[in-house]
Amino acid sequence: MLSYILRRLIAMPFLILGIVTLAFLLTTVVKGDPLSAIVSERQMNNPEVVAAAKARWGLDKSLPERYAIYVTNLLKGDMGTSFITRRPVAQDVMYRLPATMELVLSAMLIGSVVGITLGVTAAYFRDTAIDHSARFFALFGSSIPVFWLGLALLYLTSVKWGILPGSGRVDARAALPPVVTGFITIDALLAGNFKIFVDALWHLILPSLVLGWTVAGTISRLVRANMLEVMGREFILTARAKGAGELRVVIRHALRNTLVPTLTVIGYSFAYLLTGAVLTETIFSWPGMGSYAVDAARGLDFPAIIGVTIVGGVIFLLTNLATDIAYVVANPRVRLG
Amino acid sequence: MSGTMQDEPLFEVRDLRVAFGKHGNFHEAVRGISLSVNPGEVLGIVGESGSGKSVGMLAAIGLQSGNARVSGSVRFRGRELIGLPNSELRKLRGSRIAMIFQDPLSSLNPVMTVGNQLSEAILLHNKDLSKKAAMRRAEDLLALVAIPQPDRRLQQYPHEFSGGMRQRVMIAMAVANDPDLLIADEPTTALDVTVQAQIMEVLAELQERLKLGLILITHDLGVLAGHADRVAVVYSGQVIEQAGVDDLFARPNHPYTRGLIASIPNMAEEKERLFSIEGTPPALGQFPRGCAFNPRCVEAQDICRQLAPPIHRLGDHTAACHFAAGTVEDTR
Ligand SMILES: Nc1ncnc2c1ncn2[C@@H]1O[C@H](COP(=O)(O)OP(=O)(O)OP(=O)(O)O)[C@@H](O)[C@H]1O
Ligand SMILES: [Mg+2]
Repeated sequence: MLSYILRRLIAMPFLILGIVTLAFLLTTVVKGDPLSAIVSERQMNNPEVVAAAKARWGLDKSLPERYAIYVTNLLKGDMGTSFITRRPVAQDVMYRLPATMELVLSAMLIGSVVGITLGVTAAYFRDTAIDHSARFFALFGSSIPVFWLGLALLYLTSVKWGILPGSGRVDARAALPPVVTGFITIDALLAGNFKIFVDALWHLILPSLVLGWTVAGTISRLVRANMLEVMGREFILTARAKGAGELRVVIRHALRNTLVPTLTVIGYSFAYLLTGAVLTETIFSWPGMGSYAVDAARGLDFPAIIGVTIVGGVIFLLTNLATDIAYVVANPRVRLG
Repeated sequence: MSGTMQDEPLFEVRDLRVAFGKHGNFHEAVRGISLSVNPGEVLGIVGESGSGKSVGMLAAIGLQSGNARVSGSVRFRGRELIGLPNSELRKLRGSRIAMIFQDPLSSLNPVMTVGNQLSEAILLHNKDLSKKAAMRRAEDLLALVAIPQPDRRLQQYPHEFSGGMRQRVMIAMAVANDPDLLIADEPTTALDVTVQAQIMEVLAELQERLKLGLILITHDLGVLAGHADRVAVVYSGQVIEQAGVDDLFARPNHPYTRGLIASIPNMAEEKERLFSIEGTPPALGQFPRGCAFNPRCVEAQDICRQLAPPIHRLGDHTAACHFAAGTVEDTR
């Protein structure tokens, strides 16, 4: 198992380099003029800016040299300056990434808890009304478009009933806790600021519910199928013959046996959630990578687009790696091999 | 051989019926089985595949599948089990009544260590025992079923055990709480011939040592010759003959039993051709009129195709055949 994990870890830098190379190539194909990927149109006739950019990115040098410079800059954390925000892309990303992670992780948590619960319940009560409603509920989440669901729920909860705050991560007037993790909920707790914590949590619920619901369906369908298969195996009978209660039979014996495929689907759903975050963030004015990407694309903000691509790609690689490692760790048969 | 008739039965099944289906369309797989086991006695149940041996015994301890409908009476030490709430049955299962299954490859949980599975069986019925004490007891249990290096084996997963070793683990788990009754459902069928004898030996020795009431389910009447006190022969969900083991082999009173005895390899006189009963048992819900065995019976007469046979009794030897010896005693 260790050698497997080691092999995967060794492969990581090369994969990341692949992403970086793709991102670099993106800068070279834009409009034929690499300069336009680095300097905004408005600044193009400002000779000072153009000269500075050329020097910093080695634009008058050959392609391999430019590549080397690009990678070096990147290693120093330099992804250029956003045309729109006028701030270094790296800095924007550092600010926005935690917002997205907070949203995506809590969506993943909600999606997993809801999906597993629905899947287990549906399997246990297979072919009954409970099964049918659980499956309908799950299907609903994964077949309704995120923007529709998001807008409808946003309208109902915040405009019509006024029970949830509208958009953003916290009340705009609130004094934010010092940044430690970048997750406002956690930072508020660390700072002992319970009021902000509740407010942030309140803001977080609806977007992560909407986003999480989209994957709950996939997770529950897989869990249901696996649970049905496992519940029919003989060791379930053994557990019952031991005198184990139904809850123990279902959770400890059956569900544990579906852990590997469940973990895998949850891990891979992460990529789906990252994509879904783009729409969700836009609907809920969530200041994360998704809305940043949308703004960047709209404004042809190339440094930002490329930065988001690299960061997104690396996150994707890392979660796949984590999923694969979890797969090995959770599976005693693979573990020993 | 400790079972005698004067004991109060440990386990008594009366007219047990199990039907499968839904929406009022049920087919009986077990059609009125009656049998009893005395304390410390070994009852063999023999019958072809699909005759309802597993379904019947599972239903007797409340482990039938969701689509099953169960009726009749099952008494354990005088206490009625049919209709008992699951919470009560659970207290008996694994503590007073244990069961092991046909396929040791799939009857252990693949993602739990053997130690955890054994200690779970112990802890479920000994709530205030510590996990550590349960593990120590688990180690003793592995030693009891002659598994070498029990301390190391506890940490391992089922796939690190051979089939025979896994069945030993199942046996250890079954006797973990010193039960009164053990139901062993074809414990050796899935194993290599050489291993089969070893497992039977372990079972027989434990049965003797722990004074277990044992129900030994098998396809193979030959196995019962050496291990059972009494035998119940099951055909199409009914007990068609029940007798002490020696009596059964000496005076089989049902043509089906005679066929089974004739088809035991080392008992057949002529080695060239082994006898086997012609035909196949009827499918669920397609039992013939009269005696269920009549289409395959070499001795069948008209009456066998018309009327279900009554039970004939000779002492404690019963047989359900129109032409069996003994006095008619219709309890069907
Ligand atoms: N859950 C179920 N639903 C419907 N029919 C079932 C179910 N379980 C068992 N049966 C049927 O009940 C009959 C008896 O099955 P059972 O498993 O008791 O046979 P068996 O005597 O144990 O055979 P074997 O020696 O192969 O184990 C079979 O025809 C089987 O197909
Ligand atoms: Mg069976």
